Amino acid sequence: MTETMLQTKNLKFSYDGKNYLDFPDINCQRGEQWLLLGQSGSGKTTLLHLLGGLRKPRQGEIMINGENTNQLSSTALDQFRGKNIGIVFQKPYFVRALTVEENLMLAQELAGQDIDKDYIFKLLNQLNVGHKFKSKTENLSEGEKQRVSIARALVNRPTVILADEPTSALDDKNCHEVIRLLEQQSKEANATLLIVTHDGRLKELIKNQIEL
Amino acid sequence: MNNIKLAWKNLTNKPLNMMLSLVLFALGVGMISMIFLIENQVQEKFDKNLAGISLVIGAKGSPLQMILCNMYHVDDPTGNVKIKDVKPFLSGRNPLIDKAIPLSLGDSYKGFRIVGTTQDYPELYDVKTAKGKIWKDNFEANIGADVAKIANLKIGDTFYSTHGFLSDGMNGHEHGQFKVVGIFQKSNSVIDQLILTTTQSIWEVHDNHDHEEEALVEESTDNHEGHDHAEGDDHAHDHNHEGHDHAASQKPLIEEVDQEITSILIKFKESSKKSFQALTMLRGINENTEVMAASPAIELNRLYDNMSLGESFLRNLAMIIVFVSGLSIFISLFSSLRDRKYELALMRVMGATPTKLFFLIILEGLLLAVIGYVIGIILSHLGMSVFAGQMEDKYHYSFTAAKFLKEEFYLLGGALFIGFVAAVIPAYQAFRTDISQTLTES
Repeated sequence: MTETMLQTKNLKFSYDGKNYLDFPDINCQRGEQWLLLGQSGSGKTTLLHLLGGLRKPRQGEIMINGENTNQLSSTALDQFRGKNIGIVFQKPYFVRALTVEENLMLAQELAGQDIDKDYIFKLLNQLNVGHKFKSKTENLSEGEKQRVSIARALVNRPTVILADEPTSALDDKNCHEVIRLLEQQSKEANATLLIVTHDGRLKELIKNQIEL
Repeated sequence: MNNIKLAWKNLTNKPLNMMLSLVLFALGVGMISMIFLIENQVQEKFDKNLAGISLVIGAKGSPLQMILCNMYHVDDPTGNVKIKDVKPFLSGRNPLIDKAIPLSLGDSYKGFRIVGTTQDYPELYDVKTAKGKIWKDNFEANIGADVAKIANLKIGDTFYSTHGFLSDGMNGHEHGQFKVVGIFQKSNSVIDQLILTTTQSIWEVHDNHDHEEEALVEESTDNHEGHDHAEGDDHAHDHNHEGHDHAASQKPLIEEVDQEITSILIKFKESSKKSFQALTMLRGINENTEVMAASPAIELNRLYDNMSLGESFLRNLAMIIVFVSGLSIFISLFSSLRDRKYELALMRVMGATPTKLFFLIILEGLLLAVIGYVIGIILSHLGMSVFAGQMEDKYHYSFTAAKFLKEEFYLLGGALFIGFVAAVIPAYQAFRTDISQTLTES
């Protein structure tokens, strides 16, 4: 049985009010994995921010898990995003004053969820960074950072996971590893995964593709 | 993890920035609180020792000096006055006067002043003996609680007075031998620091002293007399004491018209305190007699005015330091915000509302202010304990570091206000964080 988790219609965005970015309609079912391909400057990141509710579109609508996110108040959108959408950014950002474990706890707390240390520990272990849970994030390697940010995107059991160029800074080995983990984890959580990238290496790995 | 914990972790992540803000803040708060503490305790000491005294009468000189010397025992006497010049005040016939207490100063023991006076003096401060009895005969002495403790004197002990107020006794040789007959209870008044005896004892010590000096001068011309005194010492003293004791008990103080005392403390009757005659008495004495009168209330106000000049300078300096520390909190939050803008955007992504970020930054400012305040208060009380030690050494006045004032509590309000104001602009910036823009800037 299929269930539409992520859907857009006639989505348009403009930074200056003159030049409009036109986005193709997207329709992703629960548990599916998609690749959104496009060259630099084609508006990939803008689209991802629109989908993640970090920006409001000029036109069109975005439905996530049955909710029209454009119509949520900004506070409600903040809460909705925290609970339903996990985002993996190109560069892994963290709250630097906190440890790996505390960063994940903060993510649960800010989304209004109960702290679930067992789940945090399980995620970190599955992503092979379980031994780093007491480290400050600045002491992690690039690959470890990316894996911790995947764990953070998953920690609230979101229905949609958005990943913005998650592999661009990684070598082939780490690239495959990160994609494998993203796929595996989103499957396990039965979440929809959308990866925005210009990384040609990923075309081989994920068959559902949208070109911008 | 609550906001306070998160704010704390953010602050301690940049320990050097935090230190700078804290040191400045603590310095400012500490200075202000220290000024409060000293001012409060000095005034309290002065006020407590007022003891209802309306006038002090003594030799002409500086009125403030006379007050400080005769009421607080921290300055030298302005000189002595002859009994005949002050007889009208001592006679007990003046209808305005409730009590007129003669004081004779000039000698000390281990830096504690020996005061020749009457039994009215301790009563003025409502001080009773804790041990022993009130002195009655010449060369009997009652000692204050601090004297007993520091000079280690007990009932029945004897000691020799030293001429002058210096504790090292270099100024004169030991002369009168006194016997401790009573020890006063601790009262936190000036009595704690004094040795009280009869006025006549002081006269006698000084008569002897004068004789001895004369004797030394005359030694070459009159061998016999000189020999007598030089040989005498204890013997001669003891002998003299007995003789004079006898004489003193027969002749009231007021009839020793040619003897001298240092001052008289005047306490008006309650009923006549505000009367026209009482109010004009000071001027009358100063204009029409050879002695001087001074009002402790007026002189103290003058002293406070002088003190407040220095105080207001220090207070302004402290305010400037507090202002600069507020600025430093502002700069440190502002610059840390620059470093942390991705974090803040990230927190928004994770579900934090703008208001949450606003209060997080405000909390960081408040936390700095509170910690700075606590360190400042600790510093000021440490400083106060050093100051108290020095005052104790120098003036035998005891201050305490353990006393906390309500002003210090108000200071906390001020500190919180400064912390808030310093944080409000950075917090507003955090509030306005544009997630998407911030995250695409990288």
